Amino acid sequence: MNNPDLPGPSRRKFIKASTLAASATMLPAFDLQAMAGILKNSKLKLALVGCGGRGTGAANQALQADPDVELVAMADLFEDRLASSYNSLAEAYQGTGKVRVKEKNKFVGFDGFKKAIDLADVVILATPPGFRPYHFTYAVENGRHVFMEKPVATDAPGIRKVLEAARLADEKNLNVVVGLQRHYQENYIQTLEKLRAGAIGKIRSGQVYWNSAGVWVRPREAGQSELEYQMRNWYYFNWVCGDHILEQHIHNIDVANWFIGEYPVSAQGMGGRLVRTGADHGEIYDHHFVEYTYPSGAVVASQCRHQPGTMYRVGECFQGTAGSVETNDAGVAKIFDLEGREQAAIANSEGHNPYQEEHNRLFASIREGGQINDAYNGAKSTLTAIMGRMATYSGQVIGWDEAMNSEVRLMPETVSWETTPPSLPDADGKYPVPMPGQYQAV
Amino acid sequence: MKIMIQGIAIGWLCLLAISSGNAQEAGYTETLAGTNLEIDMAAIPGGTYTPASRQAGVSPGIVRVDPFWMSSREITWGLYQAFLQRSADSEPQPARGSEVNLEVDAVSGATIPYVDMSLGMGTGEEFPVGNVTRKAASLFCKWLSAKTGNFYRLPTEAEWEYAARAGTDTPYFFGSRPDSLGRYAWYSGNSDGTYHPVGKKQPNPWGLYDIYGNVAEWTLDRFESGAFGNAASEFEPPVAEYPGVLRGGSYRDGPEALKNAARLASNPVWKQRDPQFPRSKFWFTDAPFAGFRIVRPQNPPEASDFSRYWDTK
Repeated sequence: MNNPDLPGPSRRKFIKASTLAASATMLPAFDLQAMAGILKNSKLKLALVGCGGRGTGAANQALQADPDVELVAMADLFEDRLASSYNSLAEAYQGTGKVRVKEKNKFVGFDGFKKAIDLADVVILATPPGFRPYHFTYAVENGRHVFMEKPVATDAPGIRKVLEAARLADEKNLNVVVGLQRHYQENYIQTLEKLRAGAIGKIRSGQVYWNSAGVWVRPREAGQSELEYQMRNWYYFNWVCGDHILEQHIHNIDVANWFIGEYPVSAQGMGGRLVRTGADHGEIYDHHFVEYTYPSGAVVASQCRHQPGTMYRVGECFQGTAGSVETNDAGVAKIFDLEGREQAAIANSEGHNPYQEEHNRLFASIREGGQINDAYNGAKSTLTAIMGRMATYSGQVIGWDEAMNSEVRLMPETVSWETTPPSLPDADGKYPVPMPGQYQAV
Repeated sequence: MKIMIQGIAIGWLCLLAISSGNAQEAGYTETLAGTNLEIDMAAIPGGTYTPASRQAGVSPGIVRVDPFWMSSREITWGLYQAFLQRSADSEPQPARGSEVNLEVDAVSGATIPYVDMSLGMGTGEEFPVGNVTRKAASLFCKWLSAKTGNFYRLPTEAEWEYAARAGTDTPYFFGSRPDSLGRYAWYSGNSDGTYHPVGKKQPNPWGLYDIYGNVAEWTLDRFESGAFGNAASEFEPPVAEYPGVLRGGSYRDGPEALKNAARLASNPVWKQRDPQFPRSKFWFTDAPFAGFRIVRPQNPPEASDFSRYWDTK
């Protein structure tokens, strides 16, 4: 009921991705050039929606993924963010003709995404995640190929909207790559091949981690409206960010879904804020611990923490009936037998970059007339993390269907500078923090 | 109370060192008020050495090095966290040195990483910090200098090699063959593919632990120059971010890369998985083997010269 997509299309696509990834790295540049000739209209016009560090990084990768791609439009809520993004790309691509964004094609404001998307063949969606369902839907309705960052929504109505647009992307044969880059990382792909071949038997349990010191804080500035403050400091507001269990830890939760080959039936957990409690820190928690139960009975413990001075760990481990596996985003994946003896150590090849691979695959598929659609898994792994947040905020057991069908809406359907943010500070400048036992999650 | 006594002792040692300018000073322990962290500084006497020739037929000159102190261990995650978090900045430093008159608040910090920069190897207090750019390592030195009042910086290539040799002229300080390397170093032969807590192996004759292996160590020089330590300049300042020089090899290297004379060039590929653009000034994403240790010259430069050492590319 809750896992029709993962073992089917996504698995096929992942295998295809791994074979193509291997061949793509061996293709010299002139072959890519020859491939580009396949399309009648060989230039691919690119638009960047969301010009922060990650969006700019994705644009940089897109510009390197294909010999005939050109950045033609940019959109951001803030002029200064757009300008610094444009300046760094223009400098890096000076003399290549790949960055040609006319002044009139730099769009500032909440509605800028439409105008930017209108001008492009391929769009990068990299704003804070709350906006993603609306941007993605508009891009697909208008027939654009999409690279979109994770997570893809902050609430269940947003997830359902993304799933609907995903089906439309299939109908229109559009390519959609979601920035869960472990799916494009050699050693994860190779590890999963070994797991599917029975290397550790059937997965029974796992632990997934994103424990770190936290992220940036952008202090309130004089003269800022409440909405502008929240947009600048978006990480700390659930309607736009969804909390760090979603914004970062989705990567590791997604690996659990991917490796187990299912989405969980339920989640329960606990969390709170102990260290990061200031008025600068909005309403999100600084730690979550969630237990996910899968249809096969596997149980995965998920922990994420934003507390300075504590242990860093970003990675995943799973225990199966015949052994165990450990993966992390940058190191070597290891497979052990039941006695803990190392059976395999799987490293990425020198120079492999999964962030680049995402765009290489996207553009190659567009050129070949193929179709990648990561949006289903992107939506369902996002919902898995949302379900975890629902569990930690409420202190209740949350079922998959309950989460998927929830009518609790964090993100307004339209936002303008006249919108009152859903969360407002009290007289002390502090925001209401979700309280277990009281919070209505679904 | 214990800290007070120690502080007084350190202050006295520093005075002694500076006033005499002699080559044979004692080492000392730097403390960081507001933390339980310490940095042992080994005294390195001034002197000369003859580097191995890098070009056939070119006779290398003799390199002269002034006396300095060098941290006997690689800078750890524990120390680096104090710099990242800046939680002890406001704690006044007892027996503060007088070389550096800089408000610690005026030193900008490095960004807090989103990911595990140890790439799964661990960020425990005693592990050497890795994945740090030279700019970040130099900023650490500037911060430590502002905090303590003593002038700290990265070593020049010449200082590093001279200290590693510890008065010997063989490829390793313990001889010509790598047979006993495992007594002194974590390298590919014994590291199990990971770095290890600092100071667990035997030190070199001048008291420097892990001078070979564990993490490779930043120097101030640029890589293109083979003339480090020449009479005209103390070091060859970088003209671009890459390639810079790291010395000593790391846990992932074989014996050749751990020799006194072996040089490692930094490479843009060390940042390739940084998903942001522009990429971080402070962090690599793919070089957990890139760490550093610090030095303090026994005869510090003029304050106006500090930035030559701190403001690196």
